Amino acid sequence: MSLDSDTMHFEYNVEGGNFTRAGYASSEIKKILKQLNVDMAIIKRTVVACYEAEVNVVAHAYSGTIYVNVSSESITIRLVDEGPGIPDIDLAMQEGYSTASSKVREMGFGAGMGLPNIKKNADKLVLSSEVNKGTTLEITMFFN
Amino acid sequence: MKVTDIVKLLDGKIICGMEHGDYAIEVAFASDLMSDVLTLKNDHVLLITGLNNMQIIRTAEMSEINCIILARNKKASEEMLELARENELVIIECRYSVFKTCGLLFEAGVKPIF
Repeated sequence: MSLDSDTMHFEYNVEGGNFTRAGYASSEIKKILKQLNVDMAIIKRTVVACYEAEVNVVAHAYSGTIYVNVSSESITIRLVDEGPGIPDIDLAMQEGYSTASSKVREMGFGAGMGLPNIKKNADKLVLSSEVNKGTTLEITMFFN
Repeated sequence: MKVTDIVKLLDGKIICGMEHGDYAIEVAFASDLMSDVLTLKNDHVLLITGLNNMQIIRTAEMSEINCIILARNKKASEEMLELARENELVIIECRYSVFKTCGLLFEAGVKPIF
């Protein structure tokens, strides 16, 4: 954690394929937001979106980093992964479309609902990807 | 409906969060798809599931769920229980199928979300 004038920064590593640990970063982020007395409805939207995104990194990428910025106006969560990337982002955003493995499905995910659900919860979503390199997803939540 | 009454009704067992037997349950949702659970807007929903992995505990944590029923005789691992305790969750193990569990709870007045 680092603190400059009015913005807090946090970073978490995410290990691809490690389902036992999936959700650890989102859980830590939830604790921080609670400590900062962020409105509970905003916390829920933030951590649901973040958790779905974290599961995506675990399910699809080799490794990733979650960068969190909290300012007086907003929370920004940027998930940067190294992985296969997304060849067709419009298709990936469609409800029901998934390339998840059976292992991911056994965990209760991989029904093609993650990205659409992240979009519903986030105030702003920016997704960019390069095939065979990785994906970056940025989620922003505004306090007002 | 109180957690302790639910346990009696389902002939189940509280394996975590015994001290929260007074939690009042009004609405429930049954799913093995955690992405479905994560779309729910309501807080304090009772989750009925046939899964037993870490992600159901994490999903509960993110969704403000405070009680989970593991149906069809699924058992929670020590790792799951540890995380559940950290989040003050109630976990109930029950040998009935998801269908029977839901039926009994519905009959007893627990409401669906939609």
